[in-house]
Amino acid sequence: MSDITANLAYESHSIAHHGPRLKISEKIALTAMAIGSMLLALSLIAVNDSTSETLKNLWFNISWALAIGGGGYFALSKHLNDRPGVRNQGKTTDSLTARGAWGWMMGIVFTSFYICLYWFPRQLEGLVRIHDPFSLFMRGRAADEWFVYGTIYTILTLLMGAKAIAKYRHNRYQIIRTSVIMIVQLTFSYLFPVLAAKFSQPEIYFSYLWPLAYDKLFPSSIDHFLHSGAIGYFIIGWFVVGTFIATPVLTYYFGKRWYCSWVCGCGGLANTMGDSWRQVSDKSLKSWKIERWTIHSVLAFIVILTVVLWFEPYLPAAFKEIAFQMRKFYAFVIGAAFSGVVGVGFYPLMGTRVWCRFGCPMAAVLGLLQRFNSRFRITTNGAQCISCGNCSKYCEMGIDVRHYAQRGQNIIRASCVGCGICATVCPRGVLSLENGPLEERYNQEQGLSLLGKTKAQ
Amino acid sequence: MSERHIVILGNGITGITAARTLRKRSNHRITVVSGETEHHFSRTALMYIFMGDMRYEDTKPFPDDFWAKNRIDLKQGWVDSIDSQQKQLLFKNGESLKYDTLILATGSKPNRFGWPGEELIGVQGLYSYQDLEMMERNAKGAKRAVLVGGGLIGVEVAEMLLTRNIQVTFLVREKTFWGSVLPIGESAMINREIRAHGVDLRLETGLKEILSDGEGRVRAVETLSGDEIACEMVFLTAGVSPQIEMVKASGIECDRGILVDRFLKTSVPDIWAGGDCAQHREAPEGRRPIEQVWYTGKIQGERLAANICGDLAEYDPGIWFNSAKFFDIEYQTYGWVMPKLKEGEKSFYWEHPEGNKSVRINFEEKSGAVLGVNVFGIRHRHQVWEQWILEKKTIHEVLTHLGAANFDPEFYRQYESEIITAFNLLYPDQPVELKTQKGLFSKFFAKILK
Ligand SMILES: Cc1cc2nc3c(=O)[nH]c(=O)nc-3n(C[C@H](O)[C@H](O)[C@H](O)COP(=O)(O)OP(=O)(O)OC[C@H]3O[C@@H](n4cnc5c(N)ncnc54)[C@H](O)[C@@H]3O)c2cc1C
Ligand code: SF4
Ligand code: SF4
Repeated sequence: MSDITANLAYESHSIAHHGPRLKISEKIALTAMAIGSMLLALSLIAVNDSTSETLKNLWFNISWALAIGGGGYFALSKHLNDRPGVRNQGKTTDSLTARGAWGWMMGIVFTSFYICLYWFPRQLEGLVRIHDPFSLFMRGRAADEWFVYGTIYTILTLLMGAKAIAKYRHNRYQIIRTSVIMIVQLTFSYLFPVLAAKFSQPEIYFSYLWPLAYDKLFPSSIDHFLHSGAIGYFIIGWFVVGTFIATPVLTYYFGKRWYCSWVCGCGGLANTMGDSWRQVSDKSLKSWKIERWTIHSVLAFIVILTVVLWFEPYLPAAFKEIAFQMRKFYAFVIGAAFSGVVGVGFYPLMGTRVWCRFGCPMAAVLGLLQRFNSRFRITTNGAQCISCGNCSKYCEMGIDVRHYAQRGQNIIRASCVGCGICATVCPRGVLSLENGPLEERYNQEQGLSLLGKTKAQ
Repeated sequence: MSERHIVILGNGITGITAARTLRKRSNHRITVVSGETEHHFSRTALMYIFMGDMRYEDTKPFPDDFWAKNRIDLKQGWVDSIDSQQKQLLFKNGESLKYDTLILATGSKPNRFGWPGEELIGVQGLYSYQDLEMMERNAKGAKRAVLVGGGLIGVEVAEMLLTRNIQVTFLVREKTFWGSVLPIGESAMINREIRAHGVDLRLETGLKEILSDGEGRVRAVETLSGDEIACEMVFLTAGVSPQIEMVKASGIECDRGILVDRFLKTSVPDIWAGGDCAQHREAPEGRRPIEQVWYTGKIQGERLAANICGDLAEYDPGIWFNSAKFFDIEYQTYGWVMPKLKEGEKSFYWEHPEGNKSVRINFEEKSGAVLGVNVFGIRHRHQVWEQWILEKKTIHEVLTHLGAANFDPEFYRQYESEIITAFNLLYPDQPVELKTQKGLFSKFFAKILK
């Protein structure tokens, strides 16, 4: 090839690589996204009750169109202009994804949003108001902060889900899995409750089961459903079957992943919007220890609380007060502070699954089932592991996958959500998520004795 | 057995596996010495550090407190010579360290062939952590690089440089990339892959000279055909060879590598050697005397430790296998697939129409027994192929159960039936029927998605 053709070939591909160069269209898209986001932020101070419907509508349409259009174009363009394959270049050097200034800033933005959402919703008033016309259209009533939250959450899941699919488009497990979490978020966690509101039915998020949706099996909720007619019975049936039958059965066959990586909205947001931060999760033994304590404490707490609430009528008054305080405590510390503020707010600082890893009681239950009674495991391919560390680095649950892989051991860990990224990024084809018979599940460190006659005695 | 001080020179995979295995098996005092880095890291991940996929810390296979916990002492320093009379190592900085038993696991260094200009600033290989640091320095402001010599490390270097928007020209002497290892079908696929990523791959092109800018820096290279290619970086990626100057100078018998017997003993009592630096006086059957791959270092490390603990056995690596990645195409091989067929061998090759996946199975013409497989763009199971090759399964049996070897992720398209159709077209007398497929559930989804 002559120098000139080499040059051309180079020019046409260089964009695909990960240097700082951006195409003009990408720069425009980024700018659009920035303006859109800024407009959304500006609504916080510039919009109030007296703002006209027309202006609110315009504000909503323009800011979201710019944010979604620009963000979507930029995110997709980056990946689609590149050839399909594993692309994690720059993850540990870019400020945004390596806990640099941008990462911290994002963390602060997310965290502040959640703090306002839970405790100072008045601060979000302007943002809520611009969603009024949309809310009226969707639900026949004015917006509130939870509607806005659901809308933002769903938009981010869909937009960044599309990005995740573009990024991992060489891998069908990731394409199918991501599509499913996007669809579940859009329907079960957004459209269904919104439509239910429109038709004055209970607003139920069917994809969140007890104990994650911790009040679903509280006597007060059951009582409420019992008074909601036929649909109420269906709802009770759904959650009882979901928690006590579907959970153990599906986990037995497929592992925890059926829920954490295919259904749950928390996992959905983590694997779409949070995907760029999966590598910052801590991999040390120490955090594994901490995680086991915290997650099981939360589970114990919610189980005790649920039981106490069921027996409440038979308890002396003093205990009722304790139960009431426990419930308040749980809602504040775990339901809001942990799962929201820390769980999502800290994505850029502690990895995408802070809540799933350290707090979620549903993950704890699924984890115990997965650890002790499931066909799921990640198998290692003989002695092909070269200990490079990609699998551990990109495990969002902070599992040191390499520890097992380089010893030829299967990975059977309570916390593994079966996202499949370790297997995706492994450059030597060492890892595979599999469901198989229980007998062969655990295997000892094989050394290299598996190699024909080389058994080291 | 009384406790001895076992010193291991080299904290690569060989030395570290020896140390870990020794600790599991014994109470000997263990010291690992190395000049390169304080802790063991994975050399195979050097590229990911440069590209920003991982930090150096992430490439350490064991946490830093692992060593103290396992009573393995670490000492960082360059050894200048071995005094086998006094049984001690002498360091560059004048220190010394006594040993009762010494393991040499000094690894490799990039080949240099005495090209004119190879000492210029900007010319380097990629093997050690220091090389990576040098690469960082040399890459600052560089726009063009020339790689000399095709091989696995060369492809990695090309991929690394492209992520910094450095244009890469890749000079390969052979007719086709890695032609000494890959048959033409696979090699042509990799030629295409390298070019598709924007590398200027020049086959049948050798290096004549590296040209200086007059101030000791690289300005350009000149090829044997007289072309001049301007560049600021030159990579010598024409293979590696054992790093043994110091060992040789200390009177331990060497050829291209440190000579060892089947038990990994060197010519000097109480000194053993293994891994990249070792040359087997008598190579195990079907094996090369020097093998510079990760897992052979691991097996030799295990063997060294066992032998030193008195559990003496010959080094026996079993069936050959290996893996690599060429940009986005993964490669695995089990058994022997040579670029040229030997007498009595046949080869069956299937390639996906898109030209980025292939399977080649070599077998004995008479018995049909499979000898080896090359898979590109598809993952296969190590244990299954090892079994098939050891048990001399016939090509017909293997194809019938080909799905059992499939290690691709769930929902992936499976190509077994296409592969078998291609085989049956070539050998219609005894058509094969696919009996073992990969999991049903994923197959069902794969169909829908098609
Ligand atoms: C970029 C790259 C990618 C690779 N990818 C793969 C792959 O994908 N698969 C695969 O199978 N193999 C791969 N290899 C080869 C593989 O890394 C080597 O075979 C393996 O690391 C050799 O291990 P070792 O322990 O024998 O030697 P080394 O890892 O080289 O360790 C030897 C150590 O001894 C030290 N040392 C030597 N002499 C002295 C002295 N005099 N004083 C002090 N210290 C000394 C060296 O500094 C070094 O740290 C790759 C190699 C490179 C460079
Ligand atoms: S071990 Fe693998 S599949 Fe499990 S959570 Fe970590 S990256 Fe995902
Ligand atoms: S399993 Fe794969 S990604 Fe993990 S350390 Fe081994 S080779 Fe690297």
